[in-house]
Amino acid sequence: MNQPAPLVAALADAPLPASGIAWLDAMRRENRELFAQTGLPGARVEAWKYTALRALSQRGFADGDAAAPAHALDAAALALPGVEGATLVFVNGVFRADLSTRDALPAGLTLQPLSQALHDDAEPLRFVLSRRHAGADEAFTQVNAAQARDGVVLRVAAGARIDAPVRMVFVGAPADGDRAWHLRNVIELGEGAELTLVEQHLATGEQRHLATVVGDIELRDGARLHHTVLQHAAEGASLIRRTALRLHARAHATLHLAELGGALVRHDLRAELVGDGAQLDTRGVFMPHGRQHIDTQLAIRHQALNTTSSSIWRGVASDRARGVFRGAIVVAPGADGSDANLGNKNLLLSPGAEIDTKPELEIYADEVKAAHGATVGQLDERSLFYLRSRGIPLAEARALLTAAFCRAVLDELPNEALREHLSSLLIDQLPA
Amino acid sequence: MLKIENLHARVEGKEILKGLDLTVNAGEVHAIMGPNGAGKSTLGNVLSGRDGYEVTAGSVTYDGIDLLALAPEARAAAGVFLAFQYPVEIPGVNNTYFLRAALNAQRKARGEKELDSMQFLKLVREKLKVMQISDELLHRAVNEGFSGGEKKRNEIFQMALLEPKLAILDETDSGLDIDALKHVADGVNALRSPDRAFLMITHYQRLLDYVVPDVVHVLADGRIVETGDKSLALKLEAQGYAGLTGQQAARASA
Repeated sequence: MNQPAPLVAALADAPLPASGIAWLDAMRRENRELFAQTGLPGARVEAWKYTALRALSQRGFADGDAAAPAHALDAAALALPGVEGATLVFVNGVFRADLSTRDALPAGLTLQPLSQALHDDAEPLRFVLSRRHAGADEAFTQVNAAQARDGVVLRVAAGARIDAPVRMVFVGAPADGDRAWHLRNVIELGEGAELTLVEQHLATGEQRHLATVVGDIELRDGARLHHTVLQHAAEGASLIRRTALRLHARAHATLHLAELGGALVRHDLRAELVGDGAQLDTRGVFMPHGRQHIDTQLAIRHQALNTTSSSIWRGVASDRARGVFRGAIVVAPGADGSDANLGNKNLLLSPGAEIDTKPELEIYADEVKAAHGATVGQLDERSLFYLRSRGIPLAEARALLTAAFCRAVLDELPNEALREHLSSLLIDQLPA
Repeated sequence: MLKIENLHARVEGKEILKGLDLTVNAGEVHAIMGPNGAGKSTLGNVLSGRDGYEVTAGSVTYDGIDLLALAPEARAAAGVFLAFQYPVEIPGVNNTYFLRAALNAQRKARGEKELDSMQFLKLVREKLKVMQISDELLHRAVNEGFSGGEKKRNEIFQMALLEPKLAILDETDSGLDIDALKHVADGVNALRSPDRAFLMITHYQRLLDYVVPDVVHVLADGRIVETGDKSLALKLEAQGYAGLTGQQAARASA
């Protein structure tokens, strides 16, 4: 028998957390066994075709970071313009109460680290955490299910409207060697509830850790969610995330995502529109530079009548970076009257950069409106010359045109300070 | 102000300018006329520094400096302005933002203080009045969805705002109806000054009825073949370019 790759060995040999909760420990063992059987997906697994794990699989990572509770952190480094509200902060996978803000939570909002929620009353989490993740493309979900010790549990009670944005911050900090950690988030908005949520992945210094983050977001009938994700992990970090959204009747989720950091980044974003009239808007930009690899796999399933999805994504790759985008829409039988729209435009700023984009559309219902398209191109030379002929230097002209190219993604972000901040981060990401 | 000597330039390996000489002094308005394919637009593009135009011989001196050695943005900062024959639409870039970025980039390059948004808007309002342009155009993306006339007027408006020393108008009259042409001409006339020179590249004499040039040149086959006063334009209008290119051919073979 072949020796397992170092990464597989490290993940499969890491001690399972012991919770003392029988169903949870059983679930962890089961998912560990599934991972031990399947291992990491190879290039023949379609969903991983453009993201090779060869280099990552040859590396070893120590499990967790015992020093995480003590890493000194500058609170200013965590600040985000336009966002001041309840905040949960995790450093190298460990909840940091000292950096979090949870006093005076508004009525109807429950916000806890998963470790505490399991300790207080695990039963409400039993259903969502009891899954077996079978399948060759689920390796990291299996690892996460087996290993995750913490994460965010967020609930908004039916009818509650939470005005101030709630923030979850996942920090990677330099540590003794390369570390691996796993976080599990469970978010639920009750009927008619409203929430603005900001998710940040950031770094306080260079490091080459591996993190997995798995999240479930459930919107009950008529709930509304504004979710902004700012992924600005360390340039050496590997970050593998999977977010699953379920939208019930008339629920409306709007997601804005900026994928900027990380060496190897993968995000599986899956949405199921299971209630009549559910609506999903995704707006995303990925901007790999240097030798970064950023892969987004967006999969939207329309499963109910008159559901709507609109997805606008922009990719900008420079240097020798690589971007991958798959946008798959399925309109299931019976989801009549659905309206699905997906556009992905990409810009290559250097000859060595690459973006692979793959829109997919499957329709099994009637009276469906669906459109999708993808392009890959370069900055328009005529526009560049026009700007330069008016005195705007080349680098500034490129930044101006690139920002304009990404504009459709940020345009509808209601928080102006946050929009400006994201916009300037995009420009900082451009090669000088 | 501008001295072009023996300028040779190639586009895609084909020689277009073949020894062009031209001198323009401050305060003068020069018209460059000529048949299609004579090299009129190539001249404008070479002067403004567009990629793909290769100068193989000759020199261009502007205010005593070698213009050809400068990047397009440096030429702009030095006071050279090209009004495009086909202004580019740039979706997603707000016209006001663009104009302020351009003006401040030029000021910065010249070591002048940049304008804040209040100072800039004040300046814009003054210039809008002179150009008789609706401020609605300012709120749109650069040239996006502008009519042909609006695009050309936006070029002239940019010129008014950036206050160049040498303005090159590349077929600014093409595609304009008579009212739009008059508006554009009024804008140009308002900007004429003893410190500013104009190079108007045009195929037709029509624009010259409204912006009266000091000097008219005929450009044919990559060279200036005839220079005169405004009456030359009228002669061309009556006789066409065929006669002139014939003369030039005869001269070349003599």
